[in-house]
Amino acid sequence: MTRALFDRQLREMQDDVLIMSSMVEKALQRSVESLRTRDIAISNAVVEDDLAINKKRYEIEEKCIHTMALQQPMAADLRVLVAVLFIATELERIADHAEGIARINLMMGEEPLPAALNEIWEMGDRAGDMLRRAITSFIERDAEAARLICDEDDVVDSLYDGAYNRIIHMMISEPSDVQRLTYLIWTSHNLERIADRVTNVCERVIFMVTGVLEEINVSRY
Amino acid sequence: MRPESIAEMPRVQAPAVRPRERDEAAAVSTDVRLRAEHVTVHYGARPAVEDVTLNVYHRAVTAIIGPSGCGKSTLIRVFNRMNDLIPGARSAGRVEMDGVDILGPDVDLVRLRRHVGMVFQKPNPFPMSIYDNIAYGPRQHGVRRKSQLDEIVESSLRRAALYDEVQDRLKKSAMGISGGQQQRLCIARALAVEPSVILMDEPCSALDPIATLKIEDLMRDLARDYTIVIVTHNMQQAARVSDYTAFMLSGEERTGRLIEFGLTETLFTTPRDKRTEEYITGRFG
Repeated sequence: MTRALFDRQLREMQDDVLIMSSMVEKALQRSVESLRTRDIAISNAVVEDDLAINKKRYEIEEKCIHTMALQQPMAADLRVLVAVLFIATELERIADHAEGIARINLMMGEEPLPAALNEIWEMGDRAGDMLRRAITSFIERDAEAARLICDEDDVVDSLYDGAYNRIIHMMISEPSDVQRLTYLIWTSHNLERIADRVTNVCERVIFMVTGVLEEINVSRY
Repeated sequence: MRPESIAEMPRVQAPAVRPRERDEAAAVSTDVRLRAEHVTVHYGARPAVEDVTLNVYHRAVTAIIGPSGCGKSTLIRVFNRMNDLIPGARSAGRVEMDGVDILGPDVDLVRLRRHVGMVFQKPNPFPMSIYDNIAYGPRQHGVRRKSQLDEIVESSLRRAALYDEVQDRLKKSAMGISGGQQQRLCIARALAVEPSVILMDEPCSALDPIATLKIEDLMRDLARDYTIVIVTHNMQQAARVSDYTAFMLSGEERTGRLIEFGLTETLFTTPRDKRTEEYITGRFG
């Protein structure tokens, strides 16, 4: 086997994606949890930790660019690097949505949650699960698994529909809650976008394995 | 009326983005200039190249890549019968050009080589003036009139992107110009007899990076009017200049075979054969 240095760099980059995804997954899980339990300290931590995620993204991007310039990757190697570049960007955006949820919690201040919406918590769980499996499909080079995850975005979209409807009805019946309920719409929108971005990650995994760029599941929103 | 559910609200459905079809994306010529069918070349008893079938397209650059000893140069030399000059070499199969099998016994080799010009690894200008280097071929083919020769010399040098650099020393020795200029002179010399195919066997391996890029630019320019076939060790060069790439490989018995042929864009991004993938990603051997 030749190109030992290059192979090590590719492995390191894959590890970096894994590390970054675990940071992002933690941010997502903690942001939803902090909203559910109205825990201001955890939301603050999510906002603060987002800086480290941004830093990690630039670190991965820089490594990718250096490797491309110095190693001139071709074929599957090139596709891995391009996938890593895009996946790191998507992960960073997912973290931004998680940070957004944490900030919503901070904006709500001392106010209690206007309503407990199971759809939102389920969206959080599903998005986190999709993200975890998407990264596993990246590590395992499993295009089929990635394709199946994309289909699950429809479930998240339906949950979003449900949450949105319920919130609108609550707004109609309790106009004084409109502001706090609007926060929940924002929250569910953030979660819906996270699931969309997970499908983008999956598309990159499919590209990495097959060399075909395609949009797998067009989000309704 | 207030919508009862979000399902009733108008939705903006983004159209699914279809990936472009590779073959339609690449505006690459599909006009076949040379068709090699089951070409085998023996040096003595040993087959150096075996059973190669591929099309060479007009107004396109076809690169032949592969490790040393895989038969790239042997294959490119089939296209103008240069292997005939090697004792013990014989070619079998068929190479069709304009409906004629150029491997046939009745082919006029001088005529063939006028149509299929060649540029070699090391620039090999004749030890004469720049002008006479270019005029050599046309004179051999009977052009005598000075005004006509002047015109051929100038247009050939221009097409080889060399005229501006040598126009005030056309009567000086061709040995006095740089290696990169000498190689472009050899290309101009090949162009002077109005070929339709130009074969280039490692044309940049003796040149520095700047001279190399100039030749590569020139190849792209020439591909608008000619059929170009290039043998190169430099995969990046093949990726940069060619429209089609042929990957050859030989096993322990040192017989070269065509492993994969296709659009360069496809071959360098999603090769079909594992051996191509290993070679172009540098994991060969």
